[in-house]
Amino acid sequence: MAQGIAKAPLPDQRNLAWYVDKTVQVLVFVGGISAILLILGIFVFITKEGMGFITQTLDIGEFFTSPNWRPTSENRPTYGALALIAGTASVTGLAMLVAVPFSLGAAIFIGEFATGKTREILKILVEMLAAIPSVVWGFIGLSIMNPLIIDLFNVPVGLNVLNSGLILGLMAAPIMTTLAEDALKAVPDGYREAAEAMGATRWQVIFRVVFPAAKNGLVAAVLLGVGRGFGETMAVLMASGHSINIPTSPFDSVRALTATIAAELGETAVGSDHYRALFTLGIFLFAITFLINLTADLVVRGPRKR
Amino acid sequence: MFEATELNHRNQRTEKLWRLLFLMMTLLLILPVAVILTVLVVKGGPSLSIDFLFTEPTQGMTAGGILPALVGTVWLVVVALIASVPIGVAAALYLSEYAPDNWLTRIINLAIINLAGVPSIVHALFGVGAFVAFFRFGTSILAASLTLAVMTLPVVIVSTREALKAVPQAFREACWNMGATRWQTIRKVVLPNSVSGILTGVILEVSRTAGETAPIMFTGAAFFLPFLPQSVYDQTMALSLHLFVVSTQVPDVPEGLPFGVALVLIGLVLSMNAVSIGFRMVLRGKKKW
Repeated sequence: MAQGIAKAPLPDQRNLAWYVDKTVQVLVFVGGISAILLILGIFVFITKEGMGFITQTLDIGEFFTSPNWRPTSENRPTYGALALIAGTASVTGLAMLVAVPFSLGAAIFIGEFATGKTREILKILVEMLAAIPSVVWGFIGLSIMNPLIIDLFNVPVGLNVLNSGLILGLMAAPIMTTLAEDALKAVPDGYREAAEAMGATRWQVIFRVVFPAAKNGLVAAVLLGVGRGFGETMAVLMASGHSINIPTSPFDSVRALTATIAAELGETAVGSDHYRALFTLGIFLFAITFLINLTADLVVRGPRKR
Repeated sequence: MFEATELNHRNQRTEKLWRLLFLMMTLLLILPVAVILTVLVVKGGPSLSIDFLFTEPTQGMTAGGILPALVGTVWLVVVALIASVPIGVAAALYLSEYAPDNWLTRIINLAIINLAGVPSIVHALFGVGAFVAFFRFGTSILAASLTLAVMTLPVVIVSTREALKAVPQAFREACWNMGATRWQTIRKVVLPNSVSGILTGVILEVSRTAGETAPIMFTGAAFFLPFLPQSVYDQTMALSLHLFVVSTQVPDVPEGLPFGVALVLIGLVLSMNAVSIGFRMVLRGKKKW
């Protein structure tokens, strides 16, 4: 700044600072829309590889109804994804059966009962749990859970729906706990105080007041947990047994959609039918997770808009 | 008049029961993990040594150390950070300092949530289609790191946005009133007051990036390489993929070895995470406003 009385810049005074400011504004805007560009980019690149296959080779009916995933067959390759979808669904389903009640319970305890230090420590522990890499979870399934399941249930193979479902449940729970706790925290304290002033007990406040008020946030938390389980790759690849199978019991080995891509992409020639079939699975996964995330977003924001 | 009635007592008992139930549920989530980590330490601990960290795998990866995997993970993380931090910080600056509350901002937020929700293997497909094939980077550190950067971008954006939002609006207004432009305000006031918060997010991203496996499997990480990477166009080994390889792909691996690799990986990830959390707590204590 010059000494003396600084002249107030006129609105249209275009000095260096003005140009720098405008340049930065443009750069920052590009950064801002990068997430949109990347999501579009992901969509474009995976459909570019997979779309030709869907329109030319793939029998959509067979894809959704046949359990035969035999892309490497010499005579007649078949691309039935039913068993893979069933594999993903069974593992995710079991995971949610474990994770939803426990993470809601944990969220209630951390958000409504725990105070001070206890609460801080529990929150940090949950955050650390969420950070454990999926390949480590897969390794745990493989080397710790597998022998445990074989011993406990007297079954020949411990890599199955039960193993990967439990692993996936433990993986998804911290995220769901954090999101659910956020949803509970978003309920204004005034609601709780008003209910307590009426003589409601703590659990009455939680179940009659806080839960209904946080309902949408809790549903979104569960949905995002489902999305997370659905898309999990390494842990499911390592702990599910990796055999193409429509499961009839928790002790059946299965193979998930994600695991199929991870296991087979390395062996395929770029541009081959098999390669493009794997991208088709990718499109399917992308579409499902996109729908789940969109629904979760609408569930959270919808009522607030109105 | 204010004596506790039978109903009060019953309510208190019910509340204690609920409290106990929820506490049990919380502990049941945490305890199995504590047990598992203990098993990892007990079984993997003996194979850890300075040699294990600083020698190459030998005898078809059934013996020796993990040096190339460790070095490779550092390469992947650093290149991914170089790509994602500037873009992520720019995106967060836009959302926190510039963006009006309109449909575009809402779509950006939705895109960020979706980017974080896309399965890691779909990110891998994108990396193969875009970076390996379309941009002709081949299977290289560059392609793998860019894939990781895309995947962890939401982490940087979200944590940076939180750090920027924590700077009081009055700081900005005071600066604008002095005649500063938006960018001058950001550079002199907003960023200096939020840099440690941003750093916390970056450390968190390091922890996330180091543990990812699926996105690098087909874009640049190799099962085994006898040499260390020299440039971003080389392939590399990585700690996360190495754990997958020694625990599923290599026959006759002594039991302790994969446990050792798992222990190093989880130690790396959790310690970065702990640093990030510790940093955040120190910051919260220091905050003057």
